[in-house]
Amino acid sequence: MAPVHRSLGRIAVVAALLLVRATCADVLPDDRADLFYSKYSGGGMDITGESVLVRKKFTEDFALEASYFVDKVSGASIDVLSQASQIKDERKQKSGTAEYVHDKTTYALSFINSVERDYKSDTTSFSLKQDMFGDLTTLTMGYAHTDDTVGENNGTAFVPVIAWLGHAQSQSYNVGLSQILTKNWISGLNVNVITDNGYLANPYRSYRYLDPTNAKGYSLASQVYPDTRTSTAIQAQVKYYLPYRAAVSGSYRYFTDTWGIVGNTYELDYTHPIRNIWILEGRVRFYKQNSANFYSDLYNFAGEYNFLARDQDLAAGENTTIGAKVTYAFLPNGWKMFKRATATFDVSRISFHYLDFRNIKYYGVPQYLPGTEPLYEFNATVYQVYMSMFF
Amino acid sequence: MRSFRPALLAGAVLLTAACGNIQPWVKPYERDRLADPIMAWDRDAISTEYMDHIRETREGSRGATGSAGGGCGCN
Repeated sequence: MAPVHRSLGRIAVVAALLLVRATCADVLPDDRADLFYSKYSGGGMDITGESVLVRKKFTEDFALEASYFVDKVSGASIDVLSQASQIKDERKQKSGTAEYVHDKTTYALSFINSVERDYKSDTTSFSLKQDMFGDLTTLTMGYAHTDDTVGENNGTAFVPVIAWLGHAQSQSYNVGLSQILTKNWISGLNVNVITDNGYLANPYRSYRYLDPTNAKGYSLASQVYPDTRTSTAIQAQVKYYLPYRAAVSGSYRYFTDTWGIVGNTYELDYTHPIRNIWILEGRVRFYKQNSANFYSDLYNFAGEYNFLARDQDLAAGENTTIGAKVTYAFLPNGWKMFKRATATFDVSRISFHYLDFRNIKYYGVPQYLPGTEPLYEFNATVYQVYMSMFF
Repeated sequence: MRSFRPALLAGAVLLTAACGNIQPWVKPYERDRLADPIMAWDRDAISTEYMDHIRETREGSRGATGSAGGGCGCN
């Protein structure tokens, strides 16, 4: 076997040894550095992202991780085409995590700061992971607190004039359980409850109401959202090692919230390594939701209800993702400080179909009566290219 | 109430069992397949976080996508 062929095999052996060791104490993951590039194109939007992540163990029981992410948004979504100017924006996100292991418990403390010119967000989170029952079971518990400051650009893409509209806060509580069932089966269950309060609307989206005085037959106005929301999501997943060296996994997530949205997510993945150099992965994901109970594509008149929303995220709809990922392992003998490295290319195609959100972007003249326009749908393609170096 | 007795008894047995020393039915040396990188819930966190962000800004649902890691500490 050539040395390059042995690289992933060696990883499995080392990981197995770590597992044996894990019966005595938990261990932190390998040191690694990732360079990441992404591109999203769909619905009139182009978003490119660049990121770097570094993770380093300073002792056997203490590690730090830092990441920096920049994404640049340009284009014009359906909301923009129906009412406003082009979008051009940039988001910068910094995060830091400290991890400490004591016996079979791993503690993690994280801070994330995200800044756009019209949106600021700070998240602080704490989690702990506990191995138990002969390390067949892992319990994870987490809490996160987020503070957002929400603004609106009333200027142009190039000469912004920001009006700060309000604040939003959220608390997230997460409990997860991972269970080894057999030598080939592993299963997981995650429950996540999130509560929000404050300014929760998207200021760039509007609700629509019938207006005979307007040539189009309708007018647009600022959305009014409830100022609280509580959601619960439960995800169950399994992963199985096939009789040959490949893995298949499946997951299901049920979501419900106090706005009346119920969402169901189904996902299937297949992972297939080739000669310890390549790992091929294919996945299919299907998502469906109903609309929020205060959502409407078209209200009868302005201010018809206390809460008014025509945000496509709150509309009934479904989307299907088909994705593929290729990972190439190289530097099996290491290079300078690096022990090994991988390069990955990932592409996903997502088809969005809305069931009660209509496409009003092309109709300057009343070609359709309000409420009879075609339903909105679009396709998006997501590319990810990244290199991971382990040291 | 009568019909609940078997369930109560079973619950009591389970609770008692939980206090005992549970023997792992998959020994550490039998976990080589589970330790294979292809069995990791999430091989590339940076990519998973990115896709979660894309979805959460386009769907009404959110949360519970993080996995709890391997039961053997191999996440």
